[in-house]
Amino acid sequence: MIHLPIAQVIIPLLAAPLCLLFRSKHVAWTIALCATWLSFGVSILLAIHVTTVGPLSYNIGGWPAPWGISYYIDALNAFVLLIVSGMSALVLPYAKKSVEIEIDDPSQPYFYSLLLICITGLLGIAATGDAFNMYVFLELSSLSSYALIGMGPRRRALTAAYQYLIMGTIGATFILIGIGLLYSLTGTLNIHDLALQLRVNDILSSENRTLLTAFAFLTVGLSLKLALFPLHLWLPNAYTYAPSVVTIFLAATATKVAIYMLLRFCFGVIGNGTVFQMTLGKIILIPALAAILVASIVAIFQYDIKRMLAYSSIAQIGYMILGISFATTTGLTAGILHMFNHALMKGLLFMVMGAVSYRVGSVYINDFRGLGRKMPWTMSAFVIGGLSLMGVPMTAGFISKWYLVKAALENGWWDVIILILLGSLLAVVYIWRVVETAFFNPSHEHEEEESGEAPLSLLIPMWSLVIANIYFGIDTSLPLGLAQQATAILMGAN
Amino acid sequence: MNWVGHYNYWGAIFLMMSGFYVVISRGNLIKKLIGLNIFSTSVFLLYITMGKIKGATAPILTEASQLTASPQIYSNPLPHVLILTAIVVGVATTAVGLALTVRINERYGTIEEDEIRAKDDSL
Repeated sequence: MIHLPIAQVIIPLLAAPLCLLFRSKHVAWTIALCATWLSFGVSILLAIHVTTVGPLSYNIGGWPAPWGISYYIDALNAFVLLIVSGMSALVLPYAKKSVEIEIDDPSQPYFYSLLLICITGLLGIAATGDAFNMYVFLELSSLSSYALIGMGPRRRALTAAYQYLIMGTIGATFILIGIGLLYSLTGTLNIHDLALQLRVNDILSSENRTLLTAFAFLTVGLSLKLALFPLHLWLPNAYTYAPSVVTIFLAATATKVAIYMLLRFCFGVIGNGTVFQMTLGKIILIPALAAILVASIVAIFQYDIKRMLAYSSIAQIGYMILGISFATTTGLTAGILHMFNHALMKGLLFMVMGAVSYRVGSVYINDFRGLGRKMPWTMSAFVIGGLSLMGVPMTAGFISKWYLVKAALENGWWDVIILILLGSLLAVVYIWRVVETAFFNPSHEHEEEESGEAPLSLLIPMWSLVIANIYFGIDTSLPLGLAQQATAILMGAN
Repeated sequence: MNWVGHYNYWGAIFLMMSGFYVVISRGNLIKKLIGLNIFSTSVFLLYITMGKIKGATAPILTEASQLTASPQIYSNPLPHVLILTAIVVGVATTAVGLALTVRINERYGTIEEDEIRAKDDSL
């Protein structure tokens, strides 16, 4: 039990070089599969421990907390760990077939190794309680995701990866500056000690300028990483041209982890009710609303459906940030809950894209003609994922929208409620385009061969997500309970 | 406010802004990477400056320092260690960036951003 926090990170980290050692794609895949399922098991154990016993901390090398690096798992960490390891455990069974046609044989062990390193980085960010360690893990996950995106089948993947590298590095450098300034103020890097020192030394109440600068850098850097609206430019290309598996994994986890970091720094470190937080809420409210509207409208006009879903991701990130910008208990709960629900629905929708490109070869809107008959299971999964994205009752998406509207009602922000509902309406439009083409348009006349249903290894992870989308739309106790606990921790940090 | 005394910080800010400008304004992928390197190097300077105290020595406990009555002033070694890690991260980023540039050059035959865009649009 004691070693669980470090086991969470070390399992995929050790599995990554093993993948390279054997140089066989089958062995590499098996190792990666075992590692992700093991780490999923660990994160379930951690979540059980956190909810029943309480937070768990682990000092690396036995050095006590403010001096050594300590891993600290509370409800929020456990929640994010569950999202990341759960999605990677679902993506790996899916990966085998999908990777086989998108990436050439000799590169496949490298692919799995990079994927494991990326998982390590994301899990590390969520597990560590040390600010600098968080930066290192962030760079670990980012560097491997640049390489993963660059492995995409089309040459545009390379320029997309390069663009992401430039913007991601600028974001990471901003985060580094922010952490450095915080360190110069407090002399500590431990997240909990940071929060404590800021209060003990009266730095918070004195409207310290260095602190203001530090949080400005952190917020902008993290906004770049999580693709908040005006800083989202890297995201559409990266998601569109990356290999299907990478898109599924990154869309479901990477931006969520960046949002977790934002929550940690802005709520966990500076705490609730301070000047910074009040201004932060106002500053990120406008980009969040703009993201919901602009990205949804742009999504309607996309012909490449993977790109359409990428824009929809930007809009969904807007919902999460909107929840956070309320800075109330309900708002935060909604934002954190939506991290989980969005991982479920976007993971599912991108899995459908992977299956379509597996059978048809590309995912332009015209390729969907008649797919409703040829790939009934895949396309009905798309319909359910789409319903969840719109926020139809009995799906996971409804729950997070419900809490968002509830939070806006508590603040009495009617205009925001209208915008939330408008965003859902726009989602109906862009999802309907695909559904209409797939089910109601006749297929191409010059059909050479019958492309059948996607193979079972793609359908099973896809349909487990379909079931998860419906299950968590009806029985919300697990994500909601964890999200409420996490919110209580964040709000009680002052 | 001691403006001149903070020359290290001015240096860091100058490097940061010039690096950032190069990243934004240049279309050549290699030049962009050089700018990115200057940009992230400025942060190393910022960190090192934070740890340094005027007239302080390295934090090593010697017999001579134990004998003197006046307390010795030490520089903080932690920022140096942190920056060692950040340098490694920077080198790795540059390596990935250069590798991508090589691949872009192989597939596109150019590393100028506007030419790449023109080739993409012509398809």
